[in-house]
Formats: sequence, C-alpha cells, structure tokens
Amino acid sequence: MLRITVDMNLCESHGQCVFAAPDVFAFDDDDYLVYEAEPSPDRLDEVRTAAAMCPVRAVAIEGVSP
Amino acid sequence: MKRIVVAGASLAGLRAAQTLRAEGFGGALVLVGDEPYMPYDRPPLLKSALMEGTSYAAQAKAQATATDLPVPGDLDATWLLGTRAVGLDAYGKTVRLADGRELPYDGLVIATGAAARVPAALTPLPAGVHTLRTRDEAAALRAALVPGRRAVVVGGGFLGSEIAASAGVCGLDVTLVVPEERALLRQVGYSASQFIAGLHHSAGIRVVGGRRAEVLDGGARLTAVGLDDGTELAADIAVLALGAVPNVGWLAGSGIALDGGVRCDERLRVLSTDGTPLPGIVAAGDVTDSLGHWSNAVEQAAVAARTLVHGDAAQPLAAVPSFWSDLHGVTLRAVGRPDIADEERTAEYNLAGRHLEVTYHRAGRLVGAATIGRNSRLAAHRRLLAESAFARA
Ligand SMILES: Cc1cc2nc3c(=O)[nH]c(=O)nc-3n(C[C@H](O)[C@H](O)[C@H](O)COP(=O)(O)OP(=O)(O)OC[C@H]3O[C@@H](n4cnc5c(N)ncnc54)[C@H](O)[C@@H]3O)c2cc1C
Ligand code: SF4
Repeated sequence: MLRITVDMNLCESHGQCVFAAPDVFAFDDDDYLVYEAEPSPDRLDEVRTAAAMCPVRAVAIEGVSP
Repeated sequence: MKRIVVAGASLAGLRAAQTLRAEGFGGALVLVGDEPYMPYDRPPLLKSALMEGTSYAAQAKAQATATDLPVPGDLDATWLLGTRAVGLDAYGKTVRLADGRELPYDGLVIATGAAARVPAALTPLPAGVHTLRTRDEAAALRAALVPGRRAVVVGGGFLGSEIAASAGVCGLDVTLVVPEERALLRQVGYSASQFIAGLHHSAGIRVVGGRRAEVLDGGARLTAVGLDDGTELAADIAVLALGAVPNVGWLAGSGIALDGGVRCDERLRVLSTDGTPLPGIVAAGDVTDSLGHWSNAVEQAAVAARTLVHGDAAQPLAAVPSFWSDLHGVTLRAVGRPDIADEERTAEYNLAGRHLEVTYHRAGRLVGAATIGRNSRLAAHRRLLAESAFARA
C-alpha cells in the first residue's frame, strides 16, 4: 500500500507536488493543498517525483526516503 | 560502469547521486565539492539569515541545519569536500583535482553550479560590498545587515529584489538600483513587475530605475556607489546581485562546448564543440546553459543520472520550467517562460489583497503564467502548458 503525508507546517504551497502528481495533489478553492493520503500504487513514480520536487521537503512517502 | 564521479556537491550533484543509486548503479560513487560543507540548500540562505533574537553563533548553527539537504544514509558515496576539480581529460576520462590527484571515471556528472557575477570593472571590491551565493557569503551578509545602515542593492533580478526586501525588514535604509525601468521587468513583464514595484514602495524601498552601478567609492571601505549618470549614492554596505556565472573554468580546453554554460542535449549529455555528445559525461543544474532555478536543477539531475545508467532509453527532459521568489511576505510563482512572451494578459491585479494572475503568450500561444496567492490557477496554467507542445526554449 502507498501512503503519503504532507507536513502542513512545512508546506509553502509551492505546488510542485501538484505539478508532478496532479491526480494525487491539488489546491482547493481556498488555495490550500489537499491530497489523497492513500493513492493507488500505480502512482508511486509520480508521488516519488512529487516528494523530490518539493522545495521544503514536506512530502513523505511511508517506507520510502525522499 | 564501475566508477562515477560527480563534480559539484550541492543540489544537482546530490540529487544526481541519489538517482544513480535509485536506478541501480552499484559501483563506486565519488562526490567532489570545493565548499567544505555537505550539500545545503540555497533558497533558504537569505530567509534564515534574517532570524532575529538569538545570538550570532546560535543563528549560524540554526542556519546551517535549516539549510542542510538530507543525504540518505544508504547513499554509499565517497565525499571529497573542500576539494576543487581543476581539469578534465574528456577522452582519457579523468578529473584532475587541485591537490594534484587524478580521478579516473567511467561516468561523470558535471554539477559545479554557478557563482555570483562580479564585473571586472568593479574590482577590487571595497570592504562592505557583498555578493550572495554561498553559505559563507550569507553569513557575512547577515552580519552586515545592521539596522540604520544605508544599503545599496544592485541588480534587476529576483535575488536583488529579495535582498532589498530582506534588508528593509532588517531595518536598513535601502536603495535598489536596476538597469531597466523597474525590477523584474525582463523576467516577468509589465504587470508583475509593477506589482512588485508597489510592494517595494510600500516597504519604503527606493528603486532607482534605468541605472547601472559604475564605481564603488571609498578605496578600502565602501562610502558610496556611483551610478552611470554620475549620481553618488552614499552607502555603508552594497550588495551586488548581478546574476550568476556558470563555474566552467575547470573545463577550459576539455573540448566541451561552453557558451553561457555547459551545452547539453535533451538527455543532458554534454556536447563537444563539434556538437556531438562526449562519452560518459552528463551535466545538470546551474552549470548548464539553461535557466538557473531550483526545480530545473532537480529535474535535470534526475534525467542526467538516468542517462548515465540507461543511455538512450532514458526519458528526455520534458518538464515545464517553474520558479518562485519570496519577498515582502508574498511568494511570486511562475511557470513556463514569461521572459520570452510578446504579450501578457492580466487576469487579476489586487495589490492590497496580495493577489496577482498574469498569463504570457507568444504568437498567440500560452508560454507562461505568474501568480501571487493564486496557487490553483497556477496549477491549471501549468497543466495547460504541459499538455500543449510547449518547448523549453
Ligand atoms: C540566495 C539564493 C536564493 C535562491 N532562491 C531561489 C528561489 O527562490 N527559487 C529558485 O528557483 N531558485 C533559487 N535559487 C537558485 C538555486 O539555488 C540554484 O538553482 C541551485 O542551487 C542550483 O544548484 P546546483 O547544484 O546546480 O548549483 P550550486 O548550488 O551552485 O552548486 C554547485 C556546487 O559546486 C561547487 N563547485 C564549483 N566549482 C567547483 C569545482 N571546480 N570543483 C568542485 N566543486 C565545485 C560549488 O562550490 C557548489 O557547492 C537561489 C539561489 C541563491 C544563491
Ligand atoms: S510541493 Fe511541497 S510546499 Fe509545495 S504544495 Fe506540495 S507539499 Fe506544499
């Protein structure tokens, strides 16, 4: 199972995760980051890219280092 | 491939090394870096330089840890830090180090980044004149940002505006000198530069447009910055933010095409002066002749590493460029290439509410977007750019 968390204390809404994995991360109407905590495992590559691209390293993938 | 050498141990070098391991490279991995530090992140340098309250030593320590880039425990690499690469034999496949050692390689990642540009006409720099690229330079600048001092910041790009804003926050009397009518005009066009000008104005920063710094007066210690129209701006400190020059000196005579940085193909293979890829050499980050942005360095590093491991089977670089800039408590974010537009459309311009949305077009086609406080809009534009046949350059 693929499980992700975003540390919202770190997140600065850079949106790099949204760019990298648009089916997993999005901004809501109030411009807050929302995401699917347990996306389909097919998304692993995209989610890895999202974690690598986050400038403040807020995206953590369970069991996978960024 | 038995041994891969990574020259430059910062963002691009580290990320290339991580991708090499993730892609299954099991050989020896050597990172060579001329700074005495493990990889650290540059965008937070200025922000963390502004922490108030605690003692200088405590700040320096906090800054060091806040900006360190995490290195995976299982990277299994040899770090040659405080060691400069001084030469490359691209056909004999060896890197020469400053201490005379020769490092043979099967694969080489060139990731030596860039340094602050200092025009020869302004040298030697008097005391009180700063640049900002490294951790050491950030520490020196931090110590100089003393409330009440008069600071002249020179440079029309993002770094100049960010430094001016930060110096203002620190309580200095700040003048920003920019070559165009307004800061960031060339980078993000009319509307966004107007918006930033409004922010500078409300923060009390004086902007002198259409001028260049020509002399740094004072001999041993700076007293004034002289502009090209003869104006003298009295100053206690000056910061030169005049762009970055790729660190390619060590590649002179290697046969690599070096115009405005290391020239590469779309898989980041390094090209020789005759336009053909050199064997086993890739490059990534600010040392290449591309855009000097954080995300660009990260994306290129991943592609470059995959190219070394998989050759032509690696996916070429396809991402839409993106960058951001933090100043005056807002973040300007941009995607695509606002700088190549021939037309811009302003969807929202609300200085008081800190909201901005501009799209950039070239020959009627969307080429970029910039926003402040409108993240979902930026993501939507980014998606359109990615779907269109958007070419990077
Ligand atoms: C203050 C500051 C703020 C920034 N803010 C932003 C921002 O808000 N948004 C954004 O998108 N980008 C920003 N950037 C740009 C971003 O930091 C760079 O794009 C990024 O650092 C590029 O990484 P790099 O690894 O290619 O190069 P660098 O970070 O320059 O690293 C290159 C390393 O190689 C070393 N080196 C050089 N020559 C040699 C040699 N001959 N031998 C061995 N080692 C060598 C250098 O000392 C350095 O450690 C900022 C940069 C600075 C300086
Ligand atoms: S990339 Fe990082 S900072 Fe940006 S929105 Fe995603 S989690 Fe937040």
